[in-house]
Order: sequence, then C-alpha cells, then structure tokens
Amino acid sequence: MAFNPSLLKAPLKGKQLKSDVHSDWCPGCGDFGITNSIQQAIAALSLKPWETFLVSGVGCSGKVPHYVHTYGMHTLHGRSLAFATGAKLANPKLTVIAAGGDGDGYGIGAGHFVHAGRRNLDMTYVVFNNEVYGLTKGQASPTLKQGEQPKSLALPNPNSSINPIALALSCGYTFIARSYAFDAKHLKATLMKAIEHKGMALVDVLQPCPTYNNLHTKDYFAEMVDLGGTQVPRVYYLENDGYDGLVQDSEDIDEINTKKAQCFERAHRIEERVALGIYYQVKRPTLFDILQKNIPLLNDYAPVDLPYYDENMIATTDLTEAAASFTI
Amino acid sequence: MNPKHDLCWMIGGPQGTGVDSSATLFARSCAVAGYWIYGRREYHSNIKGEHSYFQVRINTRMVQCHIDPVHLLATFENSTAELHAFELVEDGAFIYDPKVTNPENLELPPNALKFPIAFDEILEEVSKTSGKSTTSLAIIKNTIAVSASLALCKIPFSAIEEALEGIFTGKKSKLVPLNVQAAKLGAEMIEAHPDFEKYQHVMAKPLDIPEKGSRYLLNGATATGLAKLKAGCRQQTYYSITPAVDECIYLEDLSSYGLPVIQCEDEIAAVNMAIGGGTTGMRASTSTSGPGFDLMTEGLGWAGINEVPVVVFNYMRGGPSTGLPTRHEQTDLLAGMFSGHGEYPRIVMAPGDAVEQFYDSFEAFNYADRYQTPVIFISDKLLANNTVCVPKIDDRDMKIDLGELAGTDATFDEDNPDLPAALAKFPRFAVTDSGISPRALPGMPGHIYWMTGDEHTEFGHITEEPEIRMAMHEKRMKKLDRAAEEIKPENQFVVHNPYNEADPEITIVSWGSTKGVILDAMKVLKEEHNLSINFLQIRLMSPFPDAGVAAVLKKAKQCIVVESSFGGQITQVIAMRTGIQLTHEVLKYTGRPISETELVAAVQDIKNNQTRKVVLSYGL
Repeated sequence: MAFNPSLLKAPLKGKQLKSDVHSDWCPGCGDFGITNSIQQAIAALSLKPWETFLVSGVGCSGKVPHYVHTYGMHTLHGRSLAFATGAKLANPKLTVIAAGGDGDGYGIGAGHFVHAGRRNLDMTYVVFNNEVYGLTKGQASPTLKQGEQPKSLALPNPNSSINPIALALSCGYTFIARSYAFDAKHLKATLMKAIEHKGMALVDVLQPCPTYNNLHTKDYFAEMVDLGGTQVPRVYYLENDGYDGLVQDSEDIDEINTKKAQCFERAHRIEERVALGIYYQVKRPTLFDILQKNIPLLNDYAPVDLPYYDENMIATTDLTEAAASFTI
Repeated sequence: MNPKHDLCWMIGGPQGTGVDSSATLFARSCAVAGYWIYGRREYHSNIKGEHSYFQVRINTRMVQCHIDPVHLLATFENSTAELHAFELVEDGAFIYDPKVTNPENLELPPNALKFPIAFDEILEEVSKTSGKSTTSLAIIKNTIAVSASLALCKIPFSAIEEALEGIFTGKKSKLVPLNVQAAKLGAEMIEAHPDFEKYQHVMAKPLDIPEKGSRYLLNGATATGLAKLKAGCRQQTYYSITPAVDECIYLEDLSSYGLPVIQCEDEIAAVNMAIGGGTTGMRASTSTSGPGFDLMTEGLGWAGINEVPVVVFNYMRGGPSTGLPTRHEQTDLLAGMFSGHGEYPRIVMAPGDAVEQFYDSFEAFNYADRYQTPVIFISDKLLANNTVCVPKIDDRDMKIDLGELAGTDATFDEDNPDLPAALAKFPRFAVTDSGISPRALPGMPGHIYWMTGDEHTEFGHITEEPEIRMAMHEKRMKKLDRAAEEIKPENQFVVHNPYNEADPEITIVSWGSTKGVILDAMKVLKEEHNLSINFLQIRLMSPFPDAGVAAVLKKAKQCIVVESSFGGQITQVIAMRTGIQLTHEVLKYTGRPISETELVAAVQDIKNNQTRKVVLSYGL
C-alpha cells in the first residue's frame, strides 16, 4: 500500500478515542457499533488523533464526530463529502474520514457522492445504511426496497432503491466494501483497509434501526437462511465464497473490467444471504496526484503550507507574470 | 479640423467571429499610443452566431464608463451594420465590406462618411504571402477593420504593430507578420479613399505618453484573480457560470502560482469545499453569480456559526432565475446582505471599479480571517467584463492579517509526543469580550475540538442550553461591532467631491459599478452644465455604516439614487438602516449598463423637473 501516514510510535487504545460526550442514540442502535469500530480502527492504525479529521453530515449518524476524540466536523445535510474534500485538498497530511447516513449520502448528498468517486481523493466514506430517516421518525431512505413497509411507513415504499455498491463502482470509487454494524471484528478490519487504501473508499455499513426499521433487525441479520437445502448464517463473507475484489495490476484493462463485472453482478445478486467484504479495489491516481503534476509547487508544499507572506506579514507574491498579458 | 479628446468606436459581429479579439487589439493599440480607454463588452448567452458587440471609448484622460453616441462604426459583416447604424453621430464614419453590406439600406445619418474596405482582396494578398487559404485567414478581417479604424482616427501605425506583438506572444508570435501585413493593407486602403481627410473625429495627441509597462488594461475578474494570488488564496472552487467563470479561467492558467482551481459538481459543493478548506487555516474562496449564490446560502450559515473564514465572490447579472445570463444588473444586494435562514455576522463588500476590486478582494481575505466569518463580495457583469485602462496597481506593502490564532507548542515532539498533552481539548469557541475566539486548526496537537452546525459549547459540542445559546450568539454577532469600528472609514463609504463643492445642489447616492459612470457624468455636469454635485459611494454593506451615511444624507440638498435595478435596492437598505427615505431614483433594468450620456440627461431631468423616477433604456 502506498499509504504512509506519520503514525504514532506507541499504539493508542480505543478508549483514548472516546470523547467525553454521551451519545443520545436509541438503545440498541447500530450507530454504537460503527462508532466503536471507527475508534478501534483509528487506534489500531495508530493514527494521530490530532491529524485525523472526522467529518459528518446531518441525521443520527451526523453526531458521530462528537463521540470520537479527534478533530471533528458535523456539517450540513448531505454535504460531508464536499467539506471533507476541501479539507483534504488543503491539508493532505490529515486523515479524513467522512461518515453519515444513507439518506445523507445517497439521498440529499447523492451528487457529492458521485463526484467524490471521480476525484478519488485519499479519503474514507462510512455510510450508516439503515434504510430509514431515523431522526425524522422513520421515512424511507434511498436504500429501502420498493414495496417494503417498515412500521414507520403508512404505505409500502413506492420508490425503488439504489444500489450503493454498483453506484460507487460507476462513480470511480477505488475501494468499495460492505460491512455490518454489529460485526465489530469485520467492520474494524474493513475500516482499517479502507483508511489505508490510497484513494476514495466507500464502506457501506448495514445497520439496524431498532426504533423504526422492524424489517432488518439485529435478529434478522443473525438468522439462519436456507441455501440449497442447508441452513447457513444470513451474513457471510465474500472472501470465504471464493470472491476476490482486488485488482492486482491496475494497468491491466482486462483485469479491471473482469473485476468490475464481478462487482456489478455481486452487488445486484438476489439472495437471502447478505454478503460482506471488499467488492472492488483498484489503484488509480488521486485528484491531488494529478494536481501535483499540473501545479509543480504542490510537490513541495501542501496548499495550507505554501508561503505567501514574510516575517512582517507583508504579502510576498510577485504579480508580474500574472499581469504580463495586460500590462501596457 | 479640431482634434477630439473623446471618441467611441464600435465593432460587432456574430459570436465566435473574433469580436472580442478585435476590440482587445483596438483597445491595446490605443493604449500603446498613449490614450486611456474604456471597453464595454455585450454578448448573448450563446456560443456561436448571436450578435455581440464591443464599444471602446478612447480619451486623452482616464475614462471609466461608456457613452451612447458612436463616432466610428467598424463592421465586416452585415448584422452589425443593420443593428447599430442608427447609433452613429451625424459626422461619424462607417467602415464596411461592400460585398455584404449596401449602405443605402441602412439607417445611417445622411452625412455619415462611408468607407468600403475590400476585405477579400486584402485576404487574397495575405494568402499569397503566407501560403494560407483565405478561409483560414477570415479571422484577420478583425485586424483589417481595427487598422482601418486607427488610421482614420490618425493613430500612428506603430501602435497596432506593437499591440499585435503584445497579443501574439510565444508560439503565437508567428501570426504577427501576416497580421501586420493585413493591417498595413487595411490602413492603406482607407487612406486612399477620397473622404479620408474629411473625417472630423481624429484624436488629439495624447497629453503625455505614459511609460511603457506603467499601465494595465484591467477588468474586475482579472483584478480579483490578481488579488487572490496576492492574498495567498490556495483553493478556488467553482461551478461554471457566466460571468464568474472568467476569473476561474484566468487563475487556472496561472498554475505556477500554486493555486488549485477546483471545478465542482455544483455551487453547493463549491461553497462547502471552500469552507472545508477554510477550516484548515488555508485561505479559500469561490466565485459565482446570482443563481449559484442562491445555492450557497446554507453553507454560508454553517461557516457563520462555526466561525470559519471563507470569501464568496458574487458577480451579479440580470435576474431573477436565469434572467439575463450575460447582462448587467445590480440586484443581488439584498440577497448578499440577507439571504439564508437565521442570523450570523457577515461582512458584505461592494467595490466600485476594477482597482477597488483588487484592493477589496485582497482585504476580503483579511476580514474573513480577522473576524472568522464569511465575507460576501458583490461585483457584477459590468466590472467582470468591461476593460479599463488604469495605472499599474501598486501591490507593495500589502499586509496579511490572519486574525487571532492559538499558538502551538514549539517543544512538541512529533515522533514521541506526550500523549495526554497532545490529546488535550481546546475551547475553540471560547466566549471572549471581543467576540473573537483564538483559532486552532486541525493538525495541531493539544487543540482538539469539534464543529457543528448546531448551536454548540466552547469545545464545539451540540447544546440547546438557553444560556450558552445566548452567550455564543452574542459573541458571534459582536464581531460586526468590532468590524464596524476597525474597518477603515474610506473602505466603508466615500464622499466623492472632485470640485470641492461647499454646498452641492445634488448628491448622488450609489454603490458598486455605477461609480465609473457617476464620476464621469459628474465631470460633464460640472464642466458643461455648471452643476455642483457630489457623490456618496457606499462600499461596505455589512456592517452598514449607518451613522456615517445618515450624516451625509442629512446634509444633502437633493439626493439622487443611481442603480441598475427595478426596485432601488440601496434605497431600501438606506431606509431600513437610517430611517431616511430617498425619493429620487435613476434606474435601469434592461441588462445594459447606464451610460454617461443617459446619466447626464437623467440628473438634469430630476433637477429641472423633480422627476421621482427616471427609468433608462438605451442600448442594444
């Protein structure tokens, strides 16, 4: 991996990443599991908390940064990726992790979700996917399937759902994974891989909403289902199913196409079971890599560090070249 | 013959045929020859084919606006001839291609001089010399029209030669010889015409020839671009929109300065990226026009409550909705001051000309950092696109103000940090008497804090406690009082009184890009009509200089508001902020800027007839 953060020598403990703010999520909420796994992943990677920037949108999951002891930014509904992009471009040294709900990311923020993939900045986006807008009493989110009717809906959902994995693939995300809020081990490991991946990473985390989503509950995910006559756990791992989403040679168009087709098929597969794991991963230059080619100074300085004044605070930029074309 | 000190030249044509380039060449040639110029660009929201035109005013003194009468109309196709012939003065001149235009069919004044130019013959000649086809040389018709025009005004041929060398540089320099050849032939052809010496509007010699390299041909978009480089802006986000995109294109071309220009998916992303960049301590900004600004208002509220510096440039154009996308209007003043839900302190600036736009743009970043709040900068299409010849901007000793920053611990060991200290929280939003809380930046050890669009504690955590809400809200809003005290009075409002009138009969009240036309019209009103007049130019809209403006208005005998709008937005703001209701207005909402000609007549109309509202409408 190209990832080379300036890591702490001494490992952190997960509890050092807990802030002193008490969460106000409902008992049994999947948000707890995800937040805990984010803290565990940051600790396990020994990221410096003061160089880690956790950025969220609005909704229940928008409160996540307040519960994690790193720099945190709880932004506008749907806009976390735009804020995160600005911060990451300014100071690439920061490890930027965006987090938010499925309504936030795939609904109101869908435009930014698409374009974050195109830019492929070195960031991680964790989506809390519980199929409902919890904070406003359980309306259907963009991932709730057509015809489904959690108890909070007056009528079955008239809209069809989007497919986050397939959407991310189309948009150019270079790391696409799915995990589950109460599978702490898998989620922590997936988040670590996503953060280590140099490029735009999506981790779509399936998550029960104990208050409004009575269809896909903790029990639902824990059930055994029938697979060709045998009872198997509903949740399974792609890697145990002979699936490998990693593109080994990112120059090999055929391999890329094969892995993309495989990802697309698996994302749309209709089955009783729920697949977790890395659906697709490839290396591709980030927007910042490309900016560095176009703007040579960015190889020497991050934008935030590029000097522009002297010790007397006088602006030092020489405008002669900029004004040459209209100087008479 | 009595040489003239002021002349209006016009060229036009279908978009995509080089009208802008020919106007640039004409303006540059006149400037090289020692004149001052003002160029006005009018175009449709269209790529190719619709009519566009460019007026260049030449003067022996500095000029800052356009006039309506055309002294010299240069055409090389028929649409411009048909549309603009009536604008020619009685003794004006008309340059045309006899192959496409029959002057008998036009509304030309009867005594106008007509100069046919055989553009195709000249192209044939250039084709022979250069070996290029006449079709590929068609764009050179612009050069021919410009050169014939310059010859007619008796501007030395050396000027166009030097201007061509200034425009075609680097790889394009090979285009100089064939353009010079075409220019020479164009000049010779018009000089050979029997009426050549009859043209009355030849230019008087320049008063002095300014030193080479001592002036700019500047527009507002470029002025802001320059200022962003000077101010250390390190992130320019944008979504393509006329006329703001000109600034972005200019900056993107200057990659050696290290300013990434980021094209975004929409203006919501543009503003929020800039704010995200601003949280890191880097200077960031975005540029847009009305429709895009509307989309940015939610983001600005977030920056307001989180005290993040960000500078948003809004180049106004005709509204509402898509309105008149490529035309001028001053109707986003109220949006700039009031858009968005809730209350937060915002600095709203409105420069009057391209030079002010440079200094104000630079200062906008200082204000954003010093007051840790959004700065909304209101310019417009006129300032963005119109070119003015000005003395080179003095950019020495321009001071950067980063505001109050929390210090970092110099003894901090990156490799072996004292973990408890490095993990310490920081009261980023500490309640202070000044209203300003020292800023820490993500990346600083020992200063961890949070931000949220919700009301928050000093560490940035969500709260709905009434007492904390009051303290935080008051702390933020207090910054406006401090800004009102600290911002230099001349950056808040200016009373222009060029003739030192003790007790002027008329006080013009305005803001923004009308400054140029008002100052130029004041010269005419004084020198030709002996009217004593001063001008209150308001430059800072928030915090609004209530007391200062009220004091000026109370002393004024007769106020006239000038604005490119239907509703007189500054009239409304003044009434709201000072309780003074101004009653006489000169307004224009055709999407075309107010001309000196129009304003001189309108002011006299109000003075003589007490007309309450003069609505102007001249111009295509």
